[in-house]
Amino acid sequence: MADLIEALTAICGPERVIAERHALHTYGSDGLLQYHEVPRVAVLPESAQEVRAVVALCAQENVPFVARGSGTGLSGGAVPVRQGILIVLTRMRRIIEVDLDAQRVVVEPGVTNLEVSRAVAPTHFYPPDPSSQIVCSIGGNVAENSGGAHCFKYGFTTNYVTGLEVVLPTGETAVFGGKQDCPFGYDLIGAFVGSEGTLGVAVAITLRVVPVPEAVETLVAFFDSTAQAGQVVSDIVASGIVPSAIEIMDNLSIRAAEQATGAGYPTDVGAALIVELDGPAAECAVLLGEVRAACERNRALGIRVAADEGERQLIWKARKAAFAAMGRVAPNYYVQDGVIPRTKLPEVLAKIDELARAYGLPVANVFHAGDGNLHPLVCYDGSRPGEARRAEELAGLIVEVCVEAGGSLTGEHGIGLDKKRYMPKMFSEADLEVFQRLRCAFDPAQLANPDKVMPAPRLCGEAPGPYRRHPLEAAGIAERL
Amino acid sequence: MTTVVRPVTVAEAAQLFAELDGATVAIAGAGTKAGWGAPGRAPDVELSTLGLAGVLEHNPGDLTAVVAAGTRLADVQAALKSYGQMLALDPPGDPTVGGVVAAADQGPLRHRYGAARDLLLGARFVLTDGTVARSGGKVIKNVAGYDLAKLFCGSFGTLGLIAEVVVRLHPRAPSVSVRAEAPDPARLQRAALALSHAPLEASCLDAAFASGRGAVLARFEGVAATIQAERAARLLASQGLQAEVLSDDDDLWAAQRAGQRAPEGGLAVRVSGLQTTLARVLTEVDRRGGSAVARAGFGTVWATFPASAPPDQVALVQDLRSALVDLRCVVLDAPQEVRAALDPWGRVDPGALALMGALKSRFDPAGVLPSLPGVE
Repeated sequence: MADLIEALTAICGPERVIAERHALHTYGSDGLLQYHEVPRVAVLPESAQEVRAVVALCAQENVPFVARGSGTGLSGGAVPVRQGILIVLTRMRRIIEVDLDAQRVVVEPGVTNLEVSRAVAPTHFYPPDPSSQIVCSIGGNVAENSGGAHCFKYGFTTNYVTGLEVVLPTGETAVFGGKQDCPFGYDLIGAFVGSEGTLGVAVAITLRVVPVPEAVETLVAFFDSTAQAGQVVSDIVASGIVPSAIEIMDNLSIRAAEQATGAGYPTDVGAALIVELDGPAAECAVLLGEVRAACERNRALGIRVAADEGERQLIWKARKAAFAAMGRVAPNYYVQDGVIPRTKLPEVLAKIDELARAYGLPVANVFHAGDGNLHPLVCYDGSRPGEARRAEELAGLIVEVCVEAGGSLTGEHGIGLDKKRYMPKMFSEADLEVFQRLRCAFDPAQLANPDKVMPAPRLCGEAPGPYRRHPLEAAGIAERL
Repeated sequence: MTTVVRPVTVAEAAQLFAELDGATVAIAGAGTKAGWGAPGRAPDVELSTLGLAGVLEHNPGDLTAVVAAGTRLADVQAALKSYGQMLALDPPGDPTVGGVVAAADQGPLRHRYGAARDLLLGARFVLTDGTVARSGGKVIKNVAGYDLAKLFCGSFGTLGLIAEVVVRLHPRAPSVSVRAEAPDPARLQRAALALSHAPLEASCLDAAFASGRGAVLARFEGVAATIQAERAARLLASQGLQAEVLSDDDDLWAAQRAGQRAPEGGLAVRVSGLQTTLARVLTEVDRRGGSAVARAGFGTVWATFPASAPPDQVALVQDLRSALVDLRCVVLDAPQEVRAALDPWGRVDPGALALMGALKSRFDPAGVLPSLPGVE
């Protein structure tokens, strides 16, 4: 152990190697506080070269490591390994290049999401916008394939990463793609983005940025029920409109958010629907009219259109505060991230209601309705014996309902530690075995963020050598029968 | 002697692989891009995907579909059209969906909707040991498990058989296009940059250049298509170019797609550049007697050259590569002997190449399928 710390100190200097137990507790959890673990040592590299040296040391000493960005993840993905090294990337905050003409930005992994948009403002922006965008890091976004409220129109992190420089778990470096399109061979960027830190550490990330839309129109409408709001969403999408964001909040989340923000949402309605359109002004104006008509057809109790940026921010304030505001409803909550086909929304919400009643625990629903990404918040009081466990059980059942409806365990939070036990609900043993082949190709020693994603620990078999034609075959003396 | 097999179910394909007994296999779809990825030895068995055909599931309300990989893209579009929907992939030719994914080919719609990788929600594969596995799902937002569907994009049939794909669909909308001729590559690049950086939402933004003359073209869809096209025309006018707005624009875009492929016996070279290298690439192609079409918003250029003697074609590619040494020039269409005399992909990062080798040996340990050039 002393040797390891010495070796890390030789790489990063004493200031950036943390080995005191009390100091290490700072890094024990990510945004999901249910999980906490103290690593053997944390190290804060400041360059790609230092990351390479640290990972090479891990490979040489066979020590597991976890890479961590800002720690805002919601699946326990950045929770350290007890005997491992935590590589904290928050000091790698350089914007390496802004090539506005080519619409590319190259950054180090610790740069925050919002800093990328700021670097290309006011003409351009970086579309993926997770709620934590003020603090979350691009390296973390790459690991989780982060989305955000506007991904229905704009897509996810994977649609904006054009190049990656990666330190592989073996200590080797590989470059995938670049600023240009159409890289050679297997889509390694596609495999790496969303791999939750299990395939290596991205040390330089090339991103595509796009022009800021000419106009933005934001509308909030209120309904008696989430089913009515859901019907509006179906109507909008069926008519070919692609809003940049479509969000629904149910009564419980409206009440909590309203107490916290005073955004002016009526607290006696069953649902609030937020629709945001962006693009050319002429198009937005027409589509806004169509969205408004769809709301009226579905008996909206009230409709508000933001007249200016201030009013737009106010509409969003309630939505963005929803998670944090849950503290006003219950001392604790357990959030899920299941996704369902949008058309199954009414039946899945009814099932969630049924389950919530059976468990006697309130479940608030705040969700990205356009892409069917639910965020059911199971409210509970952790001080009551057994309630935390029941909440977790209920949350698990909700996820099962999503998968049974043809959906997914997670839309944007990731599997991490938190949802790995549910993986067999969505994937067969054969699927998981093939996932493991990918992982082993990148990380044969299983050192990068072990114990995450896969439901049970697996080993990598010996890498089988490629098939080679036997010399006798090649010479035509023998053949395979 | 190559035996052709044509499984009609995934289970049949899996059984074929399980019973190979050492035979080598090459996977083929419609054969529109044969030789692009992994040329080399003649296989013992050619596995045709054309029996794995059909739109297996279409969820109009969710804008998703499950498609068997051997389905022709045109058949998919025909099945979706009456619902006012499309799979936003428009590469040239009449390829299968699996072929478009495996070759990571693209057409003008790439500008707005992305490439095949961006529209894939999930896939089902058959590996060479007979394993049938699935990744992703049927929902448009999903981060559960590894995204193997993307890994298979650009795999050219070297990792396993892509048997089914789950795709995101988009509404089909009437379109209006704008086209302006540009007298030289520099003016063309400036005009294309002006369009790609304007707050317009083009579904396509292309360029074309041949015999010393070029054009920039943009296509707009949706309720404000005409308004956007007219604004684009004004923007082009401010660049000193005369633009025309066309509502009957299908031929225009069909020509762009066709321009990505070589004439009989000729060469097609894809140059991965940037928006800011467009003029330079067009100049170099024009100087060598080639024609070009380009995805102007990305700077990707397809340069095509007429048939000539194979040694001249080899020299031409080498000469183009030395003029554009910083950009990847990939030989797509070429006579077999020309391809064999060249490294079709050019230089690849050694770390990425080694990783592809590791993936190859995990997914196809017995080397039943061919390898990508340089991947061991």
